[in-house]
Amino acid sequence: MGVDFIQFSLTPILIGVLASVACALPGNFLILRQQALLGDAVSHVVFPGIVMGFLVSGTVSATPMVMGAISAAIIAVVCIEIIKRFGRIDPGAAMGITFSSLFASGVIALEQSDTTTVHLDVEHALMGNLESLIWYEANGWHSLIEPASLAQLPHELNRLALVCIIILVLLFIFWRPLKISTFDEYFARTTGLPTITISLCLTMISTISAVTAFDAVGCIIVIAMFICPPATARLITNRLYFQVWWSVGFASLSAVLGYILAGYGPLWLGVENSVSAAGMIATISGFILGLACLFGQYRARTNCS
Amino acid sequence: MNNFLNALIFNAGYNTNLVTFGATLLGFSAGISGTFLFLRKRALVCDAIAHATLPGIGLAFITMVLLGGDGRNLAGLLTGSIVTASLGTATISWIVHNTRLTEDAAIGAVLSVFFGFGIVLLTIIQSMAIGYQAGLEHFFLGATAGMLFQDAIIISLGGVLTVATILLLRRPMMLVAFDINYAYTRGYNVQLVDFTIMALVLAVTAISLKIVGLILIVAMLIIPAVTARFWTERSDHILWIASGIGAVSSYIGTALSASVSALPTGPVIVIVCTSMFIFSLFLAPARGIIVVMYNNWQFQKRVHLRQGLLALASSEVIRDALTLKLLRRAKCLRKDGVATSTGIIKAQQAVLDERRWKIALRIFEKYNLKSHYYRLTPIDVVFTSEEIAKIDSILTELPTTSIDNSIT
Repeated sequence: MGVDFIQFSLTPILIGVLASVACALPGNFLILRQQALLGDAVSHVVFPGIVMGFLVSGTVSATPMVMGAISAAIIAVVCIEIIKRFGRIDPGAAMGITFSSLFASGVIALEQSDTTTVHLDVEHALMGNLESLIWYEANGWHSLIEPASLAQLPHELNRLALVCIIILVLLFIFWRPLKISTFDEYFARTTGLPTITISLCLTMISTISAVTAFDAVGCIIVIAMFICPPATARLITNRLYFQVWWSVGFASLSAVLGYILAGYGPLWLGVENSVSAAGMIATISGFILGLACLFGQYRARTNCS
Repeated sequence: MNNFLNALIFNAGYNTNLVTFGATLLGFSAGISGTFLFLRKRALVCDAIAHATLPGIGLAFITMVLLGGDGRNLAGLLTGSIVTASLGTATISWIVHNTRLTEDAAIGAVLSVFFGFGIVLLTIIQSMAIGYQAGLEHFFLGATAGMLFQDAIIISLGGVLTVATILLLRRPMMLVAFDINYAYTRGYNVQLVDFTIMALVLAVTAISLKIVGLILIVAMLIIPAVTARFWTERSDHILWIASGIGAVSSYIGTALSASVSALPTGPVIVIVCTSMFIFSLFLAPARGIIVVMYNNWQFQKRVHLRQGLLALASSEVIRDALTLKLLRRAKCLRKDGVATSTGIIKAQQAVLDERRWKIALRIFEKYNLKSHYYRLTPIDVVFTSEEIAKIDSILTELPTTSIDNSIT
């Protein structure tokens, strides 16, 4: 627990936790609305968006790429709606077509352009680079209170923290309408709530957290955290309020445990190389979900007639 | 260009030919088995299946290396992928049946967790396989370049086998996918057939891994079926159209990828397939967006014209701009808003038509007339002159006000 930990592990763990929480929070509502695969679709679509942002701007700086990703996600949502409404195709298939086609065009655009000098490829997008988000400036615990060192924290950390805070504030403000329209859309409409706007805003928020998290940790964590922690929480409580906090807890637990197991687990087994942290975090979250499926208090479907 | 033509006419080297041949057959099978999934509204299950192959590939590689063999043996890797993909499918149905989580959550959970574990295994392999590249990353996006002869053989054999299975079992699978209750009453073992469909999807996924890659297989299974849906209302035609689309796009895509540098096979096949989908989405007869919008516009015009004529007949004031425009265009209305003689005649015809239709609805219930917007069709198109005479005889018996006021 010395300088090494602060420099190499503290920030990745924090980023992992924040990314997981940013995805798990909206995930709670997506699961209840049976839109759980939105995270899957968005994270596939973010990749071509990032590629386009890069090709247009010519740099790997964050702003154009995030802009590209958000516009790609919006394009995808519009495409899904068009195919669903005008083509009269069921939502799952419309989603599958849209995200796979956009992903394919992203790959082709990337392969056809000269990007050999840039660290941008498919595997990177899938696995993320959590391990590389280190804090060079830190040289001990006291760095945590030194402004000069704090200014050198990875940008991803600040951005994710901001997104988490925004989502929490929004949840706090719009808790009641969101809850009502999630559980009983028709009732919500009769009380005059703008259910379609609420649903669109939820999609937008999910997109923003998916894009921000994707940028930092890659697509596996995004998909896993949109679904696994909220699903786990759903199996152990019947109250939405507790479900949201449980999901935050499970998301953080998976991130911390996953990172530590990935980084130090192999060392304990006497192997030199660490394994993928993103993959490990997803695996742990799945393991926790598995436990909840087997032992969760409210795991079974009840006939509350 | 020459390379592309050579690949198209199977003249680009023995391996490329074999792979193109295998890919075409697999596209054919993917189109058909995807149709079964699409009709059963389970399109995204195959995405989870595809992602769940990754840990199997990793485990198979590790096992084969530990046993002292070559980790890259395609047959071994495919066996491994089938094992974990089946496990993933079983997990999804277990979650759906035994917990209160819905299918979409189960699909997403299995997809991400299996894939995440697969990535962990891949990083283990990277540290293990010092000295030579494992090449497993080709399974993400598919790569046919530099494929071994034995791999090409496996792929073409796999293609032949899946096509043969489909040809043998297409009737029961079609019945179950299209109308599961009917299949059940006909005495088919529905569960067994369902299982066969999933097994077929699994097999197609596993064998296509090397060509299309696990991320994009979902496209090969869904897009042909959805595209075919635009062209026909008949379930047996969907199958053949979907298989055709799958086969053609795999054929063109593989040939393109083999002849142009830096074009990964999977994405190219998907893009070819998507362009067919976009074409159909807009231009298909009956269901395409353009035709649907044109029909809606025609329908709207007919409604406005009819309502305008009825308003003319009862000398109500017409304010709607579109109605006025259509009436003027049909020479029923002068510029100053007074009805012309044609307008008066047509308005009276419209009123008579409307009255006859109301009677017709009462006495010809068997025709299921309420299923379409009946009043817009001239009545003599739908009924024979004897039937109209019968309608008219009833019409003369009743006072007109009672007909006009009655609710239809």
